[in-house]
Amino acid sequence: MQRFSAFALLAKSLGGHQGWSRQWRLATPKDAYDVVIVGGGGHGLATAYYLARNHGITNVAVLEKGWLGGGNVARNTTIVRSNYLWDESAALYEHSLKLWEDLSQDLNYNVMLSQRGVLNLAHSLQEVRDSRRRVYANQLNGVDAEWLDRGGVKVFCPLINTDESLRYPVLGATLQRRAGTARHDAVAWGFARAADSRGVDIVENCEVTGFDIQGGRVTGVQTTRGAIRAPKVAIVVAGHGSVMAERAGFRLPLESHPLQALVSEPIKPVLDCVVMSNAVHVYVSQSDKGELVIGAGIDSYNSYAQRGSLPVVTSQLGALIALFPMFSRLKMMRNWGGIVDVSPDASPIVGKTPIDGLYFNGGWGTGGFKATPGSGHIFAHTIAHEDPHPLAAPFNLDRFSTGALVDEHGAAAVAH
Amino acid sequence: MTATRPANLRAPPVRARGGDWVDDTRPIAVSFDGRAYTGLAGDTLASALLANGVRVVGRSLKYHRPRGILSAGFEEPNALVQLGKGAHSEPNALATRVEIYDGMTATSVNRWPSLSHDVFAAFGLLARFMPAGFYYKTFLGSRVLWDRLYEPFLRRMAGFGRAPVGADPENYDQRHLQCDVLVVGGGVAGLASARAACASGARVVLIEDNPELAAGLAASPAKEWIDVAIGVVKQDATVLTRTTVFGAYDAGYFAALQRASDHLPQEARAGVRQRLWLIRAKQVVLATGAIERPLVFPNNDRPGVYLAGAARAYLDRFGVLVGRNVVAFTNNDETYATVIALKKAGAAIAAIVDVRANLTGGAVALAKHEGIRVLEGYVVVDVRGRSAVRGVTIAALDGGRREKIACDALLMSGGWSPAVHLFSQQGGKLIYDPGMAAFVPDRRPADPWCAGALCGETGVDAAITGGWRAGSSAATALGKPAPRGLTAELPDEPKGDAPLAFWRVPVAPSAERKCFIDFQNDSTLADVSLAVREGFTHPEHVKRYTLTGFGTDQGKTGNINALGNIAERTGGDLARLAPTTFRPPFLPVTFGALAGREKGALLDPVRVTALHDWHVAAGAAFENVGQWKRPWYYPKDGETLDQAVTRECLAVRNNVGILDASTLGKIEIVGADAAAFLNRVYTNAWSKLGVGRSRYGLMCREDGMLFDDGTTTRLAPDRFLMTTTTGNAAAVLDWLEEWLQTEWPDLKVYCTSVTDHWSTIALAGPRAREVLQCLAPGTALDAENFPFMSYQEVVVAGVAARVFRISFTGELSFEINVPWHDARHVWEAAITAGAAFGITPYGTEAMHVLRAEKGYPIIGQDTDGTVTPLDLGMAWAVSTKKDFLGKRSLARPDTARPDRKQFVGLLTSDPSRVIPEGAQIVSESNIADVRLPQSSPVPMEGHVTSSYFSAVLGRSIALALVRDGFRRTGETVYAVADGHAIAARIGPTVFYDPDGTRRDG
Repeated sequence: MQRFSAFALLAKSLGGHQGWSRQWRLATPKDAYDVVIVGGGGHGLATAYYLARNHGITNVAVLEKGWLGGGNVARNTTIVRSNYLWDESAALYEHSLKLWEDLSQDLNYNVMLSQRGVLNLAHSLQEVRDSRRRVYANQLNGVDAEWLDRGGVKVFCPLINTDESLRYPVLGATLQRRAGTARHDAVAWGFARAADSRGVDIVENCEVTGFDIQGGRVTGVQTTRGAIRAPKVAIVVAGHGSVMAERAGFRLPLESHPLQALVSEPIKPVLDCVVMSNAVHVYVSQSDKGELVIGAGIDSYNSYAQRGSLPVVTSQLGALIALFPMFSRLKMMRNWGGIVDVSPDASPIVGKTPIDGLYFNGGWGTGGFKATPGSGHIFAHTIAHEDPHPLAAPFNLDRFSTGALVDEHGAAAVAH
Repeated sequence: MTATRPANLRAPPVRARGGDWVDDTRPIAVSFDGRAYTGLAGDTLASALLANGVRVVGRSLKYHRPRGILSAGFEEPNALVQLGKGAHSEPNALATRVEIYDGMTATSVNRWPSLSHDVFAAFGLLARFMPAGFYYKTFLGSRVLWDRLYEPFLRRMAGFGRAPVGADPENYDQRHLQCDVLVVGGGVAGLASARAACASGARVVLIEDNPELAAGLAASPAKEWIDVAIGVVKQDATVLTRTTVFGAYDAGYFAALQRASDHLPQEARAGVRQRLWLIRAKQVVLATGAIERPLVFPNNDRPGVYLAGAARAYLDRFGVLVGRNVVAFTNNDETYATVIALKKAGAAIAAIVDVRANLTGGAVALAKHEGIRVLEGYVVVDVRGRSAVRGVTIAALDGGRREKIACDALLMSGGWSPAVHLFSQQGGKLIYDPGMAAFVPDRRPADPWCAGALCGETGVDAAITGGWRAGSSAATALGKPAPRGLTAELPDEPKGDAPLAFWRVPVAPSAERKCFIDFQNDSTLADVSLAVREGFTHPEHVKRYTLTGFGTDQGKTGNINALGNIAERTGGDLARLAPTTFRPPFLPVTFGALAGREKGALLDPVRVTALHDWHVAAGAAFENVGQWKRPWYYPKDGETLDQAVTRECLAVRNNVGILDASTLGKIEIVGADAAAFLNRVYTNAWSKLGVGRSRYGLMCREDGMLFDDGTTTRLAPDRFLMTTTTGNAAAVLDWLEEWLQTEWPDLKVYCTSVTDHWSTIALAGPRAREVLQCLAPGTALDAENFPFMSYQEVVVAGVAARVFRISFTGELSFEINVPWHDARHVWEAAITAGAAFGITPYGTEAMHVLRAEKGYPIIGQDTDGTVTPLDLGMAWAVSTKKDFLGKRSLARPDTARPDRKQFVGLLTSDPSRVIPEGAQIVSESNIADVRLPQSSPVPMEGHVTSSYFSAVLGRSIALALVRDGFRRTGETVYAVADGHAIAARIGPTVFYDPDGTRRDG
């Protein structure tokens, strides 16, 4: 791997940048691997990286149907935070946030983590109760969290309309200062490059069409580029989790929905933190390129099309203008959609499946990006040890039959 | 068009007289960067500035290179300006689209301190150190420096214009429109389509982005046909101009933005600035035209380098010559007609440089006949002049001769890319047409219909023919008769030479840094080359790595050149590369227009009860509960919340209170199977509930978790009145309907929301009966005749009312339902009659305290979607015999665990301390580990859901969900919030009148 640094950049500049080589090899699939990972998105690539880095398992292929990092890691609103309510979630996302904090150095790839703070606004007395409850729980879970009253919100983010005349006035907000955003594409590329350098084969344009299963045990996969044998296969395909599971012969309690996001035209810096609101449903941050990055909830219908409907957009912009009246004359430059797999408790499914050797990681719903390193880390451990990582254990598939849910739906944590 | 040689050629560009769109009798004064300029009515800001000799209008994003006007329309990547000031300001307006008006002020952006002297232009010198994605490879040494120095600097450099200061003073509107045939694009093809569809009798909507139909075609040989067509279409169709269809959605749904008054001076704008049209079309004809693309060569971004078609547009529409000594660089025939037009208008033509060799067609012959020097097989290899073109260097493609040619404008044309955006948004497939060197719609027999330049029908006659065919196809697909009579007799157009796909001028690698592909983002050929070298070969990867196509123009001019060069660099076939996904909007759309009227108070409807005005007059403070405004408390004489609530609570406990409970959801459930239905949706049994009796019910989701609760009364054998929580009323009705419609269609049950048919007035307190007796003198209200949990029809204050003896306070209580419009009368009668008994209106806060004293849970406050009825200690309300929604889930091993978090009461050791709601429960054995910040998690046993100071008890009380709580009665635990711990003892949830004698009496 060519090491990245200011010095390397300078040196290559002198050669007109002709000296840079591929960031990851153009791999041709071999006949067999120790582990095959289905899905070359953020979580799949992270899994491959940590398999190689932490467990010395390098005979690994990542099979991607389309282009690397082309799924939800390419189309999210880049928010990274860990202020979840439940212990299980807080532990997982905080583990992930800690990995984020060193990720650029670990990968030797600047993923542009920007810890500018995330505000989750509260607009009703019940939201205030829920928010404070989450802050108190976060604090005891070692997750940095503060409650700001209305005045505190105004000080932290003067742009927010805290006027009492707002239809649902801002009554306060939770603040996680270590939360923020990251450059989403770079995360995929950084993991790909780092995994590749440790020997992982990253194979694009290779769709897994079926699973070879003998006696309840997976032995390999069928792909559009031929059969590949592997004693361990891991499915990491956000948006198509249940489709893949069906090909392997089991069912998952997942619903796939479009989730849209949009950006404004680039403007000079004006908003320095991430602002999220559930009651006035919108969330917004400003990227390093100057665009306001805006999202809200899912389209309510099921779909595999990576686009959504206009009413979802118009309502979230109404919400945006309520909170930020000066944004009204800005313009929507681009609006896109991804597909999110939503589980009944809005928490992911990470771990073993009914088929031996076949592992599943998905159902991250609307909030998978922030978990990327943590998810890959615990999933790699789970695959390597054939036993769930302690942080992954609560997110097993069985919980939907036992009832041991990690229900972030009703809980105070907002979407994303 | 009758452009003539201007009398006085000063600095180019200059205004030749006459332009289709401008009125040269009406000068308009505008200012740009503080300097005054005079344009003409009808000018765009760009044409006015060009006419005044302004060349540099902006700076590029990364290298801050001076940039001029490239295009004459929406594809413009360079000419972004800040329009207006203060709250009226608009960032990133395209000078090429902005229509000027008197007093317009515009300023350039992304430069400091001024456009001509921009200190950040120094980045141009550092360009070699800042290739695509350089930031991924550096700033890695120190997290602190990244946080404090590098990233803040990167952020400061980002963006173009500035957000306005203050709220938007203008209004936006939304309208819905339905039609048989929507025609997008009011050029010749669109006109022909609309005419054909109109002639079939279809309801037609024609939408054009420009202020006029058939923009810039006044000089066309088909002018007569066009004029007739415009007349007919304006009469027979709905024509929207200055309107952009920006989104194509499923099922014939289109969104368009109309710039209703942006072209007017501020003071002349009436009502609406922009209007969003939401259009449902049965058929659509896309006649969206094509976008000219630049050629890729060194310094192709210099001010004074124009798209050839733009030069033609500035001349035809505005009478502006972009140069007086012009070189054109092209790969296609269309540039020749432009050059000849410029020549006729008085420009000298230094040369036409054509990448093609051995040209034999009519266009070239005509140019040569005009005496124009045509250099075949030549390319431009450099442009001289930093802030204005001074000349070009040309070279033979075969590597032979080089020559410097002086000029003041360079026209370039790399051919035309059909504007396939809407076609693609709808899911249409594209195919590569080598003849056009472009991606075109893969036309299938099904809609949408395409016409004109969008599908390669260039030339007026082809556009008319194609447009007519598309329009009539759309109409006949709807069963309309085929239109008759396409009447356009047009001269044959000369046969030409085909364009040549040409993605870059071959240059040394070191010169690729100056070959711009995405002008706005400063993405160059070198960047694309580097991306491919580093393995980013998919167009989506190149886009994301180099930022090509990420600008406000979304790659309208640049993306195809990137694609062509990816194909060349990877040795691939362009036809096999897919363009990056076309996403809405086609052009940027104002947020305010998308939000429309859904802002301010209209963000969400405000619902108020029939008694709202009374509450306002009584000085109530209000709480938002769902969409409702509910009295929160009624402060008297400067009382605080706590003081008012204490007074209200004591009034209820000691005398009588009155509450507006109208917002509680009310659903009438009617039908032969009504009781059976309730049996399925409630956890408890309903079959045996007698007429006139009420029962408290709990509702679960499939997962066994509490969803809602309320009291339901049997009004008649086949008729129940269900009540729900205020916030959940709609969700409960949806829930009932979902089950009835999708799972149990066999049940004969009908559900009707009657929430705002009936106002609910609750009288609560030991003297409630006396107050009601005054209002209903003849009715026996004693416990024997009107027991707890029963219902009677009673005339109250002269109004036929439904009276329920139910209680949410634990006191003797009557809930009086009267028709909405009678509520004020009955309420005031109760206030009057109750005066003698100390009647006191109380709000939601007192209600919450009163119910907490009784341990009544509030679904959504004391529960959070993870609580079962059993967790609440309500096993008595969960039938073990019948089936109900959620029952199976309750049997799941984890859900049936005996040590789940359970609903308990907490009494603090210090009775004066009120625990903060949301505080986490920590057991005695772990409390020593609490210290903030917490390095490792402290086990949490639950949390405090409700917490108040109880005036009647003279101490604080709290309700909590605590792990294994039922078995921990008497244990002291700690409620922890913000690092503070409050000791409290676990006990029963009912703090007041545990036997219920007050309630039942």
